[in-house]
Amino acid sequence: MSRMRYRMRNMRWLAALAAVLFPVTVFAEWGLNLPPPSSSVAARILDLHNAIMLVCLVIFIVVFGVMFYSLYAHRKSRGHEAHQFSHNSKLEVVWTVIPFLILVGMAIPSTATLLYMEDTTESELTVKITGYQWKWHYEYLEHDIGFFSNLSTPRAQIENREPKGEHYLLEVDNAVILPANRKIRFLLTSNDVIHAWWIPKFGVKKDAIPGYINEFWTNVDSPGTYRGQCAELCGKDHGFMPIVAEVLSPEEFDAWVESQQPKQVAAVMTDAVASTAEEPAAADSNREWSMDELMEHGKTVYFQCVACHGVEGQGVPPTFPPLTGSEITTGPLDAHIDIVMNGKPNTTMAPFKLQLSDADIAAVITYERNALGNSVGDLVQPSEIAARR
Amino acid sequence: MSAAHTDAHDHHHDHRPSGIMRWLTTTNHKDIGTMYLIFSLTMFFVGGIMALAIRAELFQPGLQVVNPELFNSLTTMHALIMIFGAIMPGFVGFANWLIPMMIGAPDMALPRMNNWSFWILPFAFAMLLGSLFTVGGGPASGWTLYAPLSVQGGAGVDMTILSIHMMGISSVLGAINIVVTIMNMRAPGMDLMKMPLFVWTWLITAFLLIAAMPVLAGAVTMLLTDRHFGTAFFDPAGGGDPVLFQHIFWFFGHPEVYILILPAFGIVSQIVPTFSRKPLFGYDSMVFATAGIAFLSFIVWAHHMFTVGMPLAGELFFMYATMLIAVPTGVKVFNWVATMWRGSITFETPMLFALAVVFLFTIGGLSGLMLAIVPADFQYHDTYFVVAHFHYVLFAGSIMSMMGAAYYWLPKWTGRMYSERLGKTHFWLTTIFFNVTFFPQHFLGLAGMPRRIPDYALEFTEFNVISSIGAFGLGLAQLLFVYIIIQAVRGKNKKATAQVWEGADGLEWTVESPPPYHTFATPPTVK
Repeated sequence: MSRMRYRMRNMRWLAALAAVLFPVTVFAEWGLNLPPPSSSVAARILDLHNAIMLVCLVIFIVVFGVMFYSLYAHRKSRGHEAHQFSHNSKLEVVWTVIPFLILVGMAIPSTATLLYMEDTTESELTVKITGYQWKWHYEYLEHDIGFFSNLSTPRAQIENREPKGEHYLLEVDNAVILPANRKIRFLLTSNDVIHAWWIPKFGVKKDAIPGYINEFWTNVDSPGTYRGQCAELCGKDHGFMPIVAEVLSPEEFDAWVESQQPKQVAAVMTDAVASTAEEPAAADSNREWSMDELMEHGKTVYFQCVACHGVEGQGVPPTFPPLTGSEITTGPLDAHIDIVMNGKPNTTMAPFKLQLSDADIAAVITYERNALGNSVGDLVQPSEIAARR
Repeated sequence: MSAAHTDAHDHHHDHRPSGIMRWLTTTNHKDIGTMYLIFSLTMFFVGGIMALAIRAELFQPGLQVVNPELFNSLTTMHALIMIFGAIMPGFVGFANWLIPMMIGAPDMALPRMNNWSFWILPFAFAMLLGSLFTVGGGPASGWTLYAPLSVQGGAGVDMTILSIHMMGISSVLGAINIVVTIMNMRAPGMDLMKMPLFVWTWLITAFLLIAAMPVLAGAVTMLLTDRHFGTAFFDPAGGGDPVLFQHIFWFFGHPEVYILILPAFGIVSQIVPTFSRKPLFGYDSMVFATAGIAFLSFIVWAHHMFTVGMPLAGELFFMYATMLIAVPTGVKVFNWVATMWRGSITFETPMLFALAVVFLFTIGGLSGLMLAIVPADFQYHDTYFVVAHFHYVLFAGSIMSMMGAAYYWLPKWTGRMYSERLGKTHFWLTTIFFNVTFFPQHFLGLAGMPRRIPDYALEFTEFNVISSIGAFGLGLAQLLFVYIIIQAVRGKNKKATAQVWEGADGLEWTVESPPPYHTFATPPTVK
């Protein structure tokens, strides 16, 4: 294992060396420009980017062509005598006016593209995105669908204990599902600090700000998987909240929406009437769980708490309190259930009753009280959580 | 030349305490300038070590060297230390040494305040660095301290806020001193439009400091009261507005950007004519361009925040205003090239650095123009493209101009030449490794790598490897810089003449090298 890693490291060295020695061949694979666009917005940005890049390059070459010619031709070592001029009004006016005209030339297409991007009218679908430390929540406003999207790269890969997968850090448990060839409007906000939602191939990046609802739109050309990342520093795990969009053909998308409906209805019903359908979540809430079951399930649910409270419950004081030996996890059970279900105002601690099932909450509380260096001994049944909804 | 005679006379009046008390109590602009420069160089290495820790972590995907919390502290501290600890005090050091000597004044106008504004700094930075050792670590919200993220975090954030207050006081005091000195202490005949361009750029920079630093003080004070005293300036739950912080911060932050670069323009405008053996081309337009940039710097701040979701009219206004900055900046570059044109050019180390500043700063300037284009900025914003952009203007612009300035004026200050061979080696190592470090970051940004992340997707590996190798080379090359300075200061090298450089022009070159402790006690007459 370690030898393989060592060899991989060696190979990277070689790659880097090769890059320095043979830049052109290697760069071809790495991508020197914005990624190929997958939406009309991204395509327009790419055209604009290429155009201004070209203008800048031409200016650069002309100006420094003159400078390097002068450095070559007007050297003292070539015996060049210094001329003592220091003004030329005509020239100075020319090189003030020409750049201004070039700027006007750049401003026109930029303005046109911006007007195009800002027009969010006539959209066919609205998706509300909410940023959390450190995950995204997606809500389909017309369809009553909502879910969280978390990083799915295993901890072991990040800590170099396992080889890294192809989509390392750019993979999630629930991708946002979108239709191709439809104008999609996004509404964007945040639950805690500022985040930014960005998929480069869509050509959209916008900040998710608490207290604000921002909007933007895109129109994806073709089905596929598209990846991006949070772009605004949002704390410790800013580098670990990727964005993945699964784009389906419009028909597939409609079918997906359809398939989501019954589940959603059932979920709403569990909230209202605890003992209806054969929906598994409801069944879980009703039956009696054993300590082992709760602990085992709790360990997997606790993965969601690790970002702040630490793998071993050590937390990140003083921002994120430890769970080992804390007042909450070793004190009265009531307070513990309350904080997990309802969160703590003005902190990152979210009301998890909105995100987790009764069984999840019961299990994770049981786990927190009997693992992570704690051994209170009590356990919580999912039915108790259901009763407090 | 009558000035030199008077100076020799003054030598007998150099009463000053020796040892540490000399430096603690000094009111001499040369001593204070030296302390500022040593402080700046020290902070340059402290911030540089943090940068190397960052680059070591980013050498490979995965977490190896630091954890994400410390990584965020390191990026935050690296920026604060380099901006407030290395670049700003560095330029103030040059201003202290040079402005009185360039305008024929015996010292700064307010010498005790000068002492005070320096001695605040070591305490401010001790507190900032001390925050790393508090529970919860140093500030981790980026040097921009955006709320609400900066409302999280422990005592380290409060220490940072207080140290920013102290740095702000120091800067404002220093700036007031510079304005008063330039306005009141010029030698007879030294009209404003005869002042060396370095003095002009510093005069304008000082006004920017006086206008901008209190705004930063306001922003961080509001942050402090939000954190501890129940206010909700930036908390939407209490009716506040997180974006308000960004507006206030960048209203300071954009003038700050020019505070960090205008003195560099001044330095280049001193060095290029000397080694072209020609007067500066377009002096008047240089002054007007500097003033124009300073004015524009106050109406472009929101181009740092195009993605917050401003109204269309706001985005258009800030885009157009920002693009306009290219005009006066272009004028400066054209003037420098025209200064070289048909000169008699030689390539001593200061000239090499000045040329690199013009060349590399222009790359940063052009990428800045690209960043001004709002739709394109939506792709570049908060990526490594931005990181590359501001290192091209801040490292290649500000830091390398100071290196050039050190080589240019060191013989005047120490009376000894530095080693030209080592100086050129230092130049080439710095320039090459700088580009190896930062040029690939343009590509990383375009490919989609966000900034401020401790770990990255595999497709970004190769350019990060190159960038990290370059960073270590760049860091090591600076040890040579220290060696060269020490060598020159210890006086083993060839003696420098008063003129030092064949083409040098200005009052500072009329006094002997090294200059006496007090220069121009009797003002020289400027024709």
